[in-house]
Amino acid sequence: MTDGQAQVTGAQALIRALEELGVDTVFGIPGGAILPAYDPLLDSTRLRHILVRHEQGAGHAAEGYAQATGRVGVCMVTSGPGATNLVTPIADAYMDSVPIVAITGQVPTSLIGTDGFQEADIRGITMPITKHNYLVTDAADIPRTVAEAFHIASTGRPGPVLVDIAKDALQARAAFQWPVQLDLPGYRPVSRPHAKQVREAARLLVESRRPVLYVGGGVLRARASAELRLLADLVGAPVVTTLMARGAFPDSNRQHLGMPGMHGTVAAVGALQKADLIVSLGARFDDRVTGKLDSFAPEATIVHADIDPAEISKNRVADVPIVGDCREVIADLVVAVQAEYDAGRRGDYKTWWQTLRGWQETYPLGYETPADGSLAPQYAIRRIGAIAGPDTIYCAGVGQHQMWAAQFIRYEHPGTFLNSGGLGTMGYAVPAAMGAKVGQPDKTVWAIDGDGCFQMTNQELVTCTLNKIPIKVAVINNNSLGMVRQWQTLFYGARYSNTDLHSQRVPDFVKLAEAMGCVGLRCETADDVDATIEKAMTIDDQPVVVDFVVHQDAMVWPMVAAGTSNDDIQVARGLAPQWDRED
Amino acid sequence: MSRHTLSVLVENKPGVLARIAALFSRRGFNIDSLAVGPTEHPEISRMTIVVGVEDRPLEQVTKQLNKLVNVIKIVELGPESSVQRELLLVKVRADLDTRSHVLETVQLFRAKVVDVAPDAVTVEATGSADKLEALLRVLEPFGIKELVQSGMVAINRGGRSLTDRALRTVAS
Repeated sequence: MTDGQAQVTGAQALIRALEELGVDTVFGIPGGAILPAYDPLLDSTRLRHILVRHEQGAGHAAEGYAQATGRVGVCMVTSGPGATNLVTPIADAYMDSVPIVAITGQVPTSLIGTDGFQEADIRGITMPITKHNYLVTDAADIPRTVAEAFHIASTGRPGPVLVDIAKDALQARAAFQWPVQLDLPGYRPVSRPHAKQVREAARLLVESRRPVLYVGGGVLRARASAELRLLADLVGAPVVTTLMARGAFPDSNRQHLGMPGMHGTVAAVGALQKADLIVSLGARFDDRVTGKLDSFAPEATIVHADIDPAEISKNRVADVPIVGDCREVIADLVVAVQAEYDAGRRGDYKTWWQTLRGWQETYPLGYETPADGSLAPQYAIRRIGAIAGPDTIYCAGVGQHQMWAAQFIRYEHPGTFLNSGGLGTMGYAVPAAMGAKVGQPDKTVWAIDGDGCFQMTNQELVTCTLNKIPIKVAVINNNSLGMVRQWQTLFYGARYSNTDLHSQRVPDFVKLAEAMGCVGLRCETADDVDATIEKAMTIDDQPVVVDFVVHQDAMVWPMVAAGTSNDDIQVARGLAPQWDRED
Repeated sequence: MSRHTLSVLVENKPGVLARIAALFSRRGFNIDSLAVGPTEHPEISRMTIVVGVEDRPLEQVTKQLNKLVNVIKIVELGPESSVQRELLLVKVRADLDTRSHVLETVQLFRAKVVDVAPDAVTVEATGSADKLEALLRVLEPFGIKELVQSGMVAINRGGRSLTDRALRTVAS
């Protein structure tokens, strides 16, 4: 015993550290190398461990938990295959800046490098997809390392941090000391924006004629929605919210033009494209937003605010770079714009708004009702949004249903739309919805999933049933890998190579749901949609799966084909908007 | 394409070289040369990286490097304001007929012979990349049997210390 501090095992130190950091939930699966950590976990009264059915589910659940609560999500798995099964959710969290800490067991130090049983170099594997990662081989390093991991994951630009702990380090004894001194000489994220740059942005705003506030996921991560509303109110400029930022600004606000990008509204895409000033707030000029980069917003001056300096001028060169936390940037911008107003300088966007309103009226989001009487997927999704309301958390998979969920559900609050934007991970929805529900147990959580996605991770519904996590899942079942099929229709001469899943025949999603302890419902016609959703809404003690059997050939519109210019957006197949129409 | 010399102070921890090399590889940046070694502070290592880039990607390189948690400081060293050196060991064919010519060349370049064999001499030279290139050009006609070269190391001219300044930033 040293300095009167208690000697504990590395495993005990790990659990104590997690408790001290305020963690209440860990998603995971035990296995050989992590087994020592699971023993003290059994005695913890502050940590709830949720035993998932696949490590990927643990990772996405941690992401869902983090995105729904704003706190760090935690998952814990064993070495080798347990750890490699986390690679996809870690990469997902990296792309979407989700704060998670992944704890993996590693083979004992003496076996590292020998190709031992269940050995994988997970630190090496996850180097390019983590914000930072660690291999711990000394029990004494565990508390500090875990504390650093949480600090790194949750500050600056959030992201995943992996802590790989050798089994012998979990078993060895060392003094436990808390709090710990962080040792991160190379980690100093900037959060205070440069005042001069903010003033320059304000000056550009009042001088511009066609400004747009281009809002990205950073606004959600920075919890800057309230500040954003203040800024938007004050400036009166149009706002667009990217896929990652849906909910950051209320859809009901008249200044909101919707989502830009490949499947954005004509007004949002057109606004960016024709703007003379783009104020980017926590967005990263992703290729899905800019389309062909060198034809993106040719007349726009760019103000780019981001907490990650490397995002600024990575894709589009910024005229006014602002490094800082979005909440502070926006709050400072409000003050700076007010100062411009006080000095008698104010922007006039009347003509701009006339143009934008013209696009909005002429090209609203819409969809066709299938002529054969089958169910329009967009209708089912729109009704879920209408009935479940804006206080529900919606969690989408990846594909057509994701785009429709982004387009046809009205988001009013931050943190109510979770999805896999950057990596595009099919299978994200069910486990992420599970994590979101654990983090926000009083909220209704709807997963909007596709039949392809659902078949990748639906086994976590077993976890939901057993742990009383009553999520609701809408399977938008169009019998195929819908988005891929849409591309085959448009770009591959309707040659449907391997996109037919036959999932309106096998599996029977209702029976599958029931087998996993959920309530299974099916809906095949528009007339039954409301009643089915309402029935699902009444079930609070069990997960519910609704199999919405929908039309196979519904497509997501508008669309900017990959690699083409935003100028070439199509409202529907072969139908381009008239930009210059005078009203 | 232009060449830039970056001096990168990093924490002396396992895996740091792998992180930096992997970052260059996955972001599509070119490393012309890389040298790594200890500094006067045992907890800090120093890498000298020569990158070949356009101006804007250089900004990306430094920003991405700065995001690595183990990277403490990055400074670009200008060719005028810094001393830049590489080390060359070259085994040159040298028999009785040519040996005196080879030795003369070695002396002209202020290089030195570190090993002699009946049919070859091994030459050690330090200098800028240009000087070493020139030496090799002159030695080439004799026949180069084997050649090994270090990455460039570089240090700023003047009395100020990069590591001291970096550590002060860290402490504040």
